[in-house]
Amino acid sequence: MGSPTGSHGPVRRLVTTAVALLATAGLLTACGSGEDGKDDGGGGGGSAANANGVDDGSTLTMWTRAATRPQSEALVKAYNDSHKNKVELTVIPTDDYQAKVGAAAGSRDLPDLFASDVVFVPNYTSSGLFADLTDRIDGLPFADKLAQSHIKAGTYEGKKYVVPHTLDLSVLFYNKDLYRKAELDPEKPPTTLAEWDRQARAVDALGGDVNGTFFGGNCGGCGVFTWWPSIWAAGEDVLNKDGTAATLDSPTARKVYDTYRRWVDDDIVAPGARDETGATWTGVFPKGKVGVMPMPSTTLGLMPKDLDLGVAPIPGPDGGKATFVGGDSIGIAATSKKTDQAWNFLAWSVGDKAQVDVVAAHKDVVARTDLASNKYSDADPRLVTINQLVSDGHTPYALKFGQTFNDPNGPWLTLMRDAVFGDGANVKKDNEAVSASLAD
Amino acid sequence: MQVKAPDRTAAAHRAGPEDRPARRPRTTGPLWRSRTLQGIGYAAPTAVYVAVFFVLPLLLVGQMSLSDWPLIAGDQGRNAPENFTDVTDSTLFWPAVRFTLLYTAIVTVVLLGLALLLALLVQESRPGAGFFRTVYFLPGALGLASASLLFWGLYSPTTGPLSRTLEKLGLVDDPVSFLGTPTSALLSTVFLVVWKFAGFYMLILLVGLQRVPHELYEAARMDGASRGQIFRGITLPLLRPSLALSLLLCVTGSLLAFDQFFVLTKGGPDNSTVTVVQLIYREAFQRLNLGTAAALSILVLAALLLLNVLQFRGLHRADES
Repeated sequence: MGSPTGSHGPVRRLVTTAVALLATAGLLTACGSGEDGKDDGGGGGGSAANANGVDDGSTLTMWTRAATRPQSEALVKAYNDSHKNKVELTVIPTDDYQAKVGAAAGSRDLPDLFASDVVFVPNYTSSGLFADLTDRIDGLPFADKLAQSHIKAGTYEGKKYVVPHTLDLSVLFYNKDLYRKAELDPEKPPTTLAEWDRQARAVDALGGDVNGTFFGGNCGGCGVFTWWPSIWAAGEDVLNKDGTAATLDSPTARKVYDTYRRWVDDDIVAPGARDETGATWTGVFPKGKVGVMPMPSTTLGLMPKDLDLGVAPIPGPDGGKATFVGGDSIGIAATSKKTDQAWNFLAWSVGDKAQVDVVAAHKDVVARTDLASNKYSDADPRLVTINQLVSDGHTPYALKFGQTFNDPNGPWLTLMRDAVFGDGANVKKDNEAVSASLAD
Repeated sequence: MQVKAPDRTAAAHRAGPEDRPARRPRTTGPLWRSRTLQGIGYAAPTAVYVAVFFVLPLLLVGQMSLSDWPLIAGDQGRNAPENFTDVTDSTLFWPAVRFTLLYTAIVTVVLLGLALLLALLVQESRPGAGFFRTVYFLPGALGLASASLLFWGLYSPTTGPLSRTLEKLGLVDDPVSFLGTPTSALLSTVFLVVWKFAGFYMLILLVGLQRVPHELYEAARMDGASRGQIFRGITLPLLRPSLALSLLLCVTGSLLAFDQFFVLTKGGPDNSTVTVVQLIYREAFQRLNLGTAAALSILVLAALLLLNVLQFRGLHRADES
């Protein structure tokens, strides 16, 4: 290397500097480096002869996201207790789930079974991550009773890849104690947006630390889940059939945004809505200080025992009702070598016993319309309300759903915040950005 | 500092053979060869490590940046200038560059200023100095992501204790939204970073301060120099290497800021706190596009190299003058 004299020569100095800096910047490559390898899609349809799969004591790996952890854990525990196969469940933080699945798909490290937020399923089916289950699903005696919005989301080019795993519906929760205090009829939840507005304001007028309503104002996924049903309830759609363009600037949509904006302007909303990124938005209602707000149905079983709460469908501006049928669908990875064993778990999980004794018993929404009324739901009319909503439910379909609607720096969150915390003047322009992202 | 280290080893190498001049002629051939082999042997593990964990990934990133490379599907062939133009055409790109530079400027000034102050405070070995050194350094022992999560909880207007305490004290009427506006989000994050790193930079500067010979201070005091004169005339110039190192680390670290914003603000509110590295993450893991993520990484790498070469030159020029 360098000459014995003048070791501080400019060239050498530059090289030393460059090497030192490259090492520092090496941190970056951790973000950028990925894996190669391609997925050749579909793993064979499987024979209908083996409708229930194989229970031979295999160990199956399974991933789910934290948001639906209690439901997945209950199903896995009940399955492991009654079968020779053993499912090993790994719960992954909700925000990291997409990245984790994407990276694992690239390196062919997906588990045998993986659940996915139903809105991301089209992205995975179109990329060939799931094994083709068409014959197996169609072979189930109750195939046409499975929640069809999930089945539709999991159908790509005529082939079916997933079954519903957990259903999470958006519904109104209202606090009956506060309704009584505000001299509202606790058995008459709102049936239009205007009534919702009136009731929220009546509760808010109680003053103190009581507020009318709440929503996740810095959380794209929350907006999709809780605002869109009000638009659907009016009989309108928000996306085109292929999920490549949005009409989130329609007059009906604007009516919905306007209602929320007035709540913000008049301070009807519990503090923190503007900052709420989604991590804690379901933690506000259980404190008992909020009158009426949309909530995920999966939280019903987690509410405090002494909270007297009612459940109602989310209404549109002039009535109607709708819900976002969210939750997780589950499929078998195309790379799994235990397809028959994995199907054994899936077929069992949507069967009568699992749906009633595990899912319904935990006050969750059953994945089959023919079980909407069962011994557990009959004991709690709120569950019947929720179960019956499945048929009024929507699950939007778009390949670019996550990057458009869930991305905290994506175009939909900008629209939401312009429309509700701003003056709503940019909604048309923002909707164009949403469409551009969907068609990306 | 970084320039001195190789210099010293070079001197040691030169000194080696000169210590035993008598042996050299006899054993030039085989010993020279065995020494070379030895050298290669010592260097090999590091070389392999660097090749596998640094050079190869870097080459891969280079290749990715030129390719259409969805996270799930893998390499789909060349997409050369488009990856780069897509990134720079993004509406978030230039605001992110501006924000990253602004954040770096604020953090560097506040952090190094405070670190110097702390170092001067605990410089003398007085009773209690060790306690304060430990206290100031303690936050540095936390991981940045953990610290961010801690502050996220503290800042929460609904569940955090800070807002409630201010309310109880009657200082504010409504819950305080520490992360609710662009300015408050930036300042709240700067506060976290300063809390977390001030002790670390204090330590670097403290080492520098303690290398300043006491005699110089004594002589200056005998000559009747004021405290300000001593600080400007002795402390600062002799502290320059430590300051230079701190500056370099702080600027590079701030330009690569990610964890704190990812946890505290997710780039919000209204995309006002999106840093450049967050954009890389977004391209790769929200938009699932490794090609554009790699292109952006390459741009950041180039910018960092350029900036730091300039910084080195500037510091050296200042040294020589």
